[in-house]
Formats: sequence, structure tokens, C-alpha cells
Amino acid sequence: MLEKNVRFVEDAFKEYYFNNFELIHVPPRTSEREFGYQKFNAGMTRHLGIKNDKELHLLLMTQIPSDVYCSNAYYSFPNLPMSEKDWKEADLIFDIDVKDLRLDCRKEHSCLKCSTCQNIRVQQSSCAKCGSDKFETISLTCQNCIIESKKQVKKLVEILTEDFGIKNEEIQIYFSGNEGFHIHVTNTEYQNMDSRERADLADYIMFNGIIPETLGMSKQNSSKLSLPDKEEKGWRGKVAKEIFGSKSKRPKIIQEILTGGYSFFQARLEEMRQTIGVRIDPKVTMDVHRIFRLGGSINSKSGLSKVLCKDLESFDPFLDACLLDDKKIEVLANCPLSFKLKNQKYGPYFSETISIPKYAAVYMICKGIADVA
Amino acid sequence: MLQLGTKDLAKYPFLAETGQYLRDKGFNLEQLGHPDWKPIVEKAYGRIVVAATGQIYGSDIEKLENLDSEILSFVTAIILLKSTGISTLIKRFSLAEARRAEKYLEQDLRSKDERKLDFPLKIIQDLFSVKVVIQGDDFVIKVTDYLKRSVHFHEREWKLINRRVEKGSVFLTSHETVRLIRRELDAYINSKIHSATTLSIPETFKERVADLVALAQKFSATVIISTEYPPCIKHAIEVLDRGENLPHSGRFMLATYLLAKGQTIDQIAPLFKNAPDYNERVTRYQIEHIAGTSGKRTKYSCPSCDKLKSENLCFEIPECNGIINPVQFGKKRVTNA
Repeated sequence: MLEKNVRFVEDAFKEYYFNNFELIHVPPRTSEREFGYQKFNAGMTRHLGIKNDKELHLLLMTQIPSDVYCSNAYYSFPNLPMSEKDWKEADLIFDIDVKDLRLDCRKEHSCLKCSTCQNIRVQQSSCAKCGSDKFETISLTCQNCIIESKKQVKKLVEILTEDFGIKNEEIQIYFSGNEGFHIHVTNTEYQNMDSRERADLADYIMFNGIIPETLGMSKQNSSKLSLPDKEEKGWRGKVAKEIFGSKSKRPKIIQEILTGGYSFFQARLEEMRQTIGVRIDPKVTMDVHRIFRLGGSINSKSGLSKVLCKDLESFDPFLDACLLDDKKIEVLANCPLSFKLKNQKYGPYFSETISIPKYAAVYMICKGIADVA
Repeated sequence: MLQLGTKDLAKYPFLAETGQYLRDKGFNLEQLGHPDWKPIVEKAYGRIVVAATGQIYGSDIEKLENLDSEILSFVTAIILLKSTGISTLIKRFSLAEARRAEKYLEQDLRSKDERKLDFPLKIIQDLFSVKVVIQGDDFVIKVTDYLKRSVHFHEREWKLINRRVEKGSVFLTSHETVRLIRRELDAYINSKIHSATTLSIPETFKERVADLVALAQKFSATVIISTEYPPCIKHAIEVLDRGENLPHSGRFMLATYLLAKGQTIDQIAPLFKNAPDYNERVTRYQIEHIAGTSGKRTKYSCPSCDKLKSENLCFEIPECNGIINPVQFGKKRVTNA
């Protein structure tokens, strides 16, 4: 990021943190957690121990981090190197990222920034200015992305409560601050699980690795079928709903599966992963040493905050997580797409100097489509 | 402490209560050295030989006539094994004994007699801290207790997704419940053998000890290694060759695999040249870190096939033949037995 942009964004972040201490708290069991932060144009500083809100606020004011993180794990000595920390347990965490949903709308709100000359274009071709074909994709998340990722969150919460018996009050849903949701599960018997166990749990949630036998078809005798009913709990019921749809179709579909045989059914189940599986990022869930974005902090990829969603249905990140002020700022914008923040439409802008509220200016600078004028 | 009868001890002779039983009956090592006890030594020897060949020693307890000899032959087998000091034999014996005990546990779990049912449930809870609740025909355990054990199985049926899961519980059959704790049962028996103290062994045992040493030599194996790469590694190399982006986990897999196969950092680093974000200095630093030659000196191993499946990096082919880690690909063991 350009120095002038860094100075401006840091000032905006500092002001936000100063005015919103009540939004940024250390999580419970603070002294057992590892903290970390990043500054613009710099690497990660981690293995920090923070005792309370006061220490956290001091760090925010003195360092003005671009991003702040906290471990889901609890350690005896969180500020020692990893091998000496003495891992105790870790909250279950899930990351639902719009990127992984591969939605059709994505190409409509993405542009490409040339890695060589920074030129911005919409079409996926070589850079018209310098000919380079190396680029970075910039996505300005839309409402459809949020609607679709909320559906994933709901599916996840249903599995956590129905299949894993986790109480709703132990599940916290956060908007990630950029393109998705973070789900934290605390105080459960699942805290002690190691990375391999979490990986299998993640596979369950993603509908990964199911075999036809589980749904009543055997490899040896694929002409004998005992497929599940829609009323059944867990994945068996969900699969039945997905394959049979309405009741009247059941005999026809059973016949289809019988004709196709074992490998046909296996391929069908594999396809269903995309529709009924929950699209979490398994790497996040299986990582027991991760430092995860801290609730209340700003995400430097967008300038939006990671905030708790009290009511997922009505939550609008472009309103509820857009917490910087609206003082007018002049920026040189090069944004071929339009986007909405606080119910206000911005763009497209074609290398023009514009005066826009600070939250929109920070958003565009963080996305890499504007510079301080 | 469980209240056990002799029959229970004959089924589960590895339980701590066996020590008390021996004391109550007045058995000691000197006695066992007497020629009158030769049949017990022979039975113990037979028990080990059966185990060494991968079979399970006598499992129909109802037909057993002499329960004392069942218990004593187990104890004697431990003395013989300890005297050989050969861990392969001990391992095979403990696994076979675990599987023998498994059969009894399963029989006991299926019992309609509630008194009998308490006993296997209590063994599972006391020795392995797994609480099993019986609901109709199902044996129900917590998801966390299940996962702790199931992740060590490589058959897909053990993946959580292939289980009935409801409200934090997994529903199993009696067979699956017992199968789930086999590894711990094996480890428990193994640790019992290792912690047993044998001072000097009677003369009458020595011949059989020598026979066991000779038997163990037959199990040494020759390993034939193919130079072919497994499909996951081939895929990763192809992706890099095409100049496409290989995710961090894929790069980690490739580097750890090639290091495990004895390649040097100089040989591995150029493979990443086509990566869209290639930087020679960073690549070398990262491979050195993985190899344990820099940083914290931790040498990282190649991820398991299970982990690679979760990360969508597995492209299994029939030749993978049930391996659990890519480094095993193409290895064939030829036993001398």
C-alpha cells in the first residue's frame, strides 16, 4: 500500500478504535490466549500475551494495527514460542468465505488489478497497458454473496445444534469484516479435539467422504437398496430430501439409482457435496494453533469491522459493519464497478478525483481501487 | 475395582485383578518351573505362536475346561515374551490377545443378562474412559469419544460422515463399539507386558524362549520400493509444470514427500520455478524450514492420505492399495516366513 494511503487509513483506524473501545473486548480466558497483529506493509507480530481490555486498547492506540488476531487455543504460556506454549484446548472455529462458494455473481463484481503496472481492468485478458498476465482479483462483495453465505451459516448452525448437540448460546456468529462469516463455538466438549479429529468433523460438515453403504447400497449387491427417508435425522434425512424431492418421485428415482449401480450412486453423492455440504474452509477448522481475527477489530481488506451478528437474518454488513465516520475525503478512484455502503451507491469511477465519506474512501483504498488524492 | 470371577479373568487375563488371583491361589514363578507345569508352558508357547502367525487364540470360553490354565498360560506367555525381548513378538501377541478379548467383550455386550452387560461396559469405561449407553439395539457414545479413536482407522466407513450422528452422540453396533477400542486394548496389554517384571526364568522355559527367537527371525521382511510417484505428487508436479497455482498445503506435501524420499533442497527448489508467485530465496527458506535445517529444527513429515483427502489433494488410484501416507506408495513387503 502506498505510504500516503497507509497514513490515511491508519488515522481512520486509530480514530475508530479510540471511539469504539466498547466494541473491542478481549475474549474470555484472556491470559491463556495468544494475540498477534499486523501493520500495513509489514509482517505478522505474534506470540503476544494480553491481560485485559486496557492492554488491548493500549496496543491498538500505540501500534495502530491493520489487523488484530487472537488464538482460538488456550495455552499455559501463550507468549512463548509455539513448541513451549503448552496447548490446553481450543474453541471450534469455522470460516465461511464467499470466495469458496464460487457464485455466478462474483464475476459481475470483480475486477483485475495488474500486478506489474497496477492498471485495473474488468476483462480476464492480458493487461492492455503493459501486457503482463499476472494480476490480483479484487471483489466488491454484493448482497447476493451475503445472502448465499448466510445460507451456509444456517446449514452449519443446524448441524452444530442438531447433529453435534451444541447449544445455540455456545455459538457466536461474526461477520468476518470482508467476504464471509466466522463462527466461534466455545465451552463445549469439542474443545479438546486435536487437528485430525477436527478434520474429520469438518469432513462431516462438508459432506465429504460419504460412501453408498451409509445410505443403504452395498458394493457387492447393488441391486438391493434401502435408501433413507426424509424424516430421518442427520445426513441420511438430508440426502433423502435432496434426491427424492417430492414423494411421488421416489419409485422413479430408486429405479434410476438401481440401474446406475454403485459407481453411479457414488458419483451422484460426490456431486451433492456442492449442494448440500456446508462450504467451510477445512484448513481453519482443523488448525488448533491459529490466530483468528479478533471480534470488533477492522479487517484491512475492506475497512469493515468483524462484528457479532445478533440477528443473522436482518444483518447487513454494508450497514452494520461499516462503522467508520462519514467525513468527506478526496480520493483518486479507479473503480470500474459500483458498490453499496450504508445504503448509498458508489461508482463506477474511471480514474477520477471524487469526494466521498471516509468509510467509502477507506473501503476503496483497502480494496486497492483508490488512492488518497 | 471390578468384582471378577475366574471365568472373567480367563477371558480378560490382562486385568490388574489377575495379580490378586495368582496370590490367592498361591502361584509363583518357582512352581511354574516344575516339570509338572510343562503343559502350561507349552500352552503359553502355543498361544504366542498362534498370535505370531496373525491368528486369534481359542475364543470359545464356554468350551474351556480349565480356566486356571487359561490364566496361567497368559501369565507364562508374558514371561516367555519378556525373556525373548523381541518387540515384534510382543506386539503381535498383544494385538492377538486384544482381538481375543474383543470377541468376549462383544459376546458380553450382546448378553441379555443385565449383570453380564454391566461388566463389559464397566471395563470399557474404567480402562478406556468411554461411556457407552445402550439404547435398544444401539450402543451410543459421545462424538468426541468416537472421533478420538476413529481417526486412527483408515477405512472410509469409520469416517464420522458414515455414522448415524444425533445430538452429539454416535450410534454403533456392539461389534463396532469393541472394534473402536482395539487399539487401546492392544496398547493396554502391550504396556502390561512391558511393565511386568521377570527376574530369572526357570530352566524349563529356556528351550521355548530359543524357539521363539528363531520364530521371530522368520518375520523379518524385505521391502521392495518402486520409483514411481504416487498420483497426488504427480498431480502437484503437473500443476507446477503448467505454471498454475498449487495451494500452500500442496506445496508442503510435495516438499515433505521429496525430502522423505531423500531428495536435497537443491533438487526440490527448482520444481517451484513455474509457480506464479515464485521467489527463489523464499522457496529455499521454506524448504529448509520444512527439512528442519533452519528455524526451530523441526523436521516435518509428509501429511497422511486422510489429511490430503480433506484438503482435496488426493487423487487415489488402485495402485495406492490402501496406503495411509504417500511415502508408502510403491513399497511392497516380502516376508521371509
